[in-house]
Amino acid sequence: MDIALQLLFTGLGIGSIYALVALGFVLLIRAASVVNFAQGEFSMLGAYLMVIFFTGFGLSYFLAMILSVVLMAAFGVIFAGVVYWPLRHRGQLPVIISTIGASILLANLVLVLYGPSPQVLPGVFDAPGIQVGPVFMDSQYLTIIVSAAVLVGLQYLVFEKTLLGKKLQATSQDKEMASLLGIPVATMVLITFAYSSALGGLAGILVAPILFVSVGMGALIALKAFAANIIGGFGSIPGAILGGLALGVVETFGASYISVPYKDAFAFLTLLIFLMLRPQGLFGERIAEKA
Amino acid sequence: MTATPLSARRWRGVPVALAALVACVVAVQFVPAQGYYLNILMQAATYGIAVIGIVVVLGYCGQITLAQAAFFGIGAYGVALGTVDFGLNFFVALAIGVLLSGLLGLLLGVASLRLGGHYLAMVTISFQQILTLVLTNWISLTHGPDGVPGVPRAAIFGISFAGGEAYLGLCLVVLVLITLYSWRLKSSRLGRAMQAVRDNELAASTSGIDIFRTKVLAFGISAILGGIGGGLFAGGFSYISPDQFSFPESIVLLTMALLGGVQSPIGALFGTTLLIILPEWLRFLRQVYLAVYGAAVILIMVFLPDGIWGWATQRLRRTPPAPPEVAPLPLLSVKGEATDEPVLEIRGLAKHFGGLRALDGVDLTVRRGTVHALIGPNGSGKSTFINVVTGLYRPTAGRVSFLGQDITYAAPYVRNRLGLARTFQNIRVFRGMTVLDNVVVGAERPGNDIAEDPEAVTERALAALEFVGLRGDAYRMVGTLSYGHQRYVEIARALASSPACVLLDEPAAGLNMTEKQELGVLLRRLKGHGLTILVIDHDMNLVEQVADHITVLNFGRRIADGDPRSVLDSPDVIAAYLGQPQEKQGSHEAA
Repeated sequence: MDIALQLLFTGLGIGSIYALVALGFVLLIRAASVVNFAQGEFSMLGAYLMVIFFTGFGLSYFLAMILSVVLMAAFGVIFAGVVYWPLRHRGQLPVIISTIGASILLANLVLVLYGPSPQVLPGVFDAPGIQVGPVFMDSQYLTIIVSAAVLVGLQYLVFEKTLLGKKLQATSQDKEMASLLGIPVATMVLITFAYSSALGGLAGILVAPILFVSVGMGALIALKAFAANIIGGFGSIPGAILGGLALGVVETFGASYISVPYKDAFAFLTLLIFLMLRPQGLFGERIAEKA
Repeated sequence: MTATPLSARRWRGVPVALAALVACVVAVQFVPAQGYYLNILMQAATYGIAVIGIVVVLGYCGQITLAQAAFFGIGAYGVALGTVDFGLNFFVALAIGVLLSGLLGLLLGVASLRLGGHYLAMVTISFQQILTLVLTNWISLTHGPDGVPGVPRAAIFGISFAGGEAYLGLCLVVLVLITLYSWRLKSSRLGRAMQAVRDNELAASTSGIDIFRTKVLAFGISAILGGIGGGLFAGGFSYISPDQFSFPESIVLLTMALLGGVQSPIGALFGTTLLIILPEWLRFLRQVYLAVYGAAVILIMVFLPDGIWGWATQRLRRTPPAPPEVAPLPLLSVKGEATDEPVLEIRGLAKHFGGLRALDGVDLTVRRGTVHALIGPNGSGKSTFINVVTGLYRPTAGRVSFLGQDITYAAPYVRNRLGLARTFQNIRVFRGMTVLDNVVVGAERPGNDIAEDPEAVTERALAALEFVGLRGDAYRMVGTLSYGHQRYVEIARALASSPACVLLDEPAAGLNMTEKQELGVLLRRLKGHGLTILVIDHDMNLVEQVADHITVLNFGRRIADGDPRSVLDSPDVIAAYLGQPQEKQGSHEAA
């Protein structure tokens, strides 16, 4: 039982990362109907920026973090301009393929610059963690869980309570109508790209002390975040969060009780089972094409 | 310009392919027996086969796959483990690998039933990742990350393909045969079905195409081609390991198809060769090679959406030959059948969307040889009605029978195969196909009298196009026609299927005055042809011109039914249309 609780904590920690990245995914899907296969590279880039600013330039941890996240937001805009904008009227498939291209490009550019050996980033706090009852709460996992919770809360407030949030929602629901109502749709889409990229970058920074900073770190996170999306219900924000958490817990338990080498397979198996049995996910609705 | 006989067109590709085959075999004799060139050609040939698989599933059928390297790997491991560990003959091992690959491909195809686009991409990635994990970790079977060395080459009936040229020759022969097959596939019935599914699933399903079967077959064929390519690859290079079949390799294969042109096997081969030779030429890029690769994918999508082949053929496109003359469209009423018998009978049909009663117990009978009009103001449930009758929506209650058969819950393609055709309010043609192919899809619906004879199918399609006045445009891409003419293509597609009943969903929508008048004339000619029609519209002028019988819907209910004069004079109908005050209807604002 104690072990199970410990595993649950770890699972929620890694699940929070999936949830954050999944959130970035969902926002892009909703705002621009873009399924971004380079989402994981946002996390990878965020972590490498952190390595540059913190390890390279010797900036303070939080300054380096803020700088990295801001740069990632700017990067999101550039990404949108190159990968999405020229293809926005050509349907989903060309954009999907173009984001796959971007993912290869980014990963290999970093590979050229930094080589294959992983970089190390320390955690936010020096203390190893705290003991709560039978569970040892590692400080980095705790940071991740708390940060994710705060971010989700903030995002909820922004989306539901501010005019900007309402405009973003309107854009995601019906671009044509939104633009007729005077909402600058292009700007809203760019803001979403910026936010999504910043969110991904932050997730990368948070997970870096656990996974090491490597070129390949993004791909696997992104695949699992995407899986989390589908499990939660495609395009659903609560679905992305719960799907991410669930996936983190499932694979942590799977790795511990069933098989370590196949740890990564549990996520995909869960996904396949969902796709076969409940493709609309936990929170999704079945969407019928209108004739 | 003289018209090409239909039969000649079907065999055009064969001499070219045979010439290519001979050229390959001859050319191989001049390749240095060892080393560099041999390897490059071997790689191009085996990859090419797998890339043609992507052409089938993505180019023809529009289903994205990011797992082609996995199928390539299954074929390769089939050959490697079969020959090295189990001592099987090369071809037996190849057959097992290909079979396994094909079966798993069918399984992925099953997943594609309800999942399009990004979902499917994700499923294929998951499959790819799981395969890589299995190849790496199931060491007792797969030798794990070390891979399998010493894979022998083929030998059968005393003929050995162990020599470099002989084996390359074998690969090239297989490649040419597969290229020819996939080339022919595109203009076959199955190939057209795939393209129809790619361009518009709804229209495909109401044109008699079993979407599920079509997609599953596309995946199966694609996986088999991947498996064949991989099997030959294993023999060619004699050593394989899991990293040769990982996700990045799937991307490489996909890029090859996209670069060359995913619509054409020849283009795909071009892309494959280019991407295999290019890195050799760009050796100085060694470090950034994959980065350049990624950038190339983006650039191709932005600047060469149809690949090199698509780009080149667009510039080289010759004026198509004039379509041949054909006999007029046969009469659509079947002799000896009593007119006035009910063709389509609908009883108590209801469809609720949540609390909204879009249809609320509608009765309607369409009799043979009549033009039946279903009218009603916006939001009265007309479109829901036609969608339930053609099987796109499941009814909440009620019964639909067609030619005496209960089709209430039948799939759309089953209804079409029985002879129920339709057109769409917002035009649904197959945009990636020619006008003729659009109509051929209709003509070859299973159940049509001439569906099994390709020449008769083409003739029927041309006759249907002649009927709507578009035969001269038969070889144009359908997207180049005007909106009104695209609607006629839809009507011709329905006509070519010799339907027992056609449902026209707001055919006048979006047409200008002249086009509406032409449509009126066309509908009267169809009526003269004996076609049973259910037309949905709110253009009173059009309806008055053609209808024998009118049913009026409002708020999901039938408010009038009968001959045109009495219905149009009915006070309820006038009230519904002109909005006279009437008793409160509650909050029924039907969509």
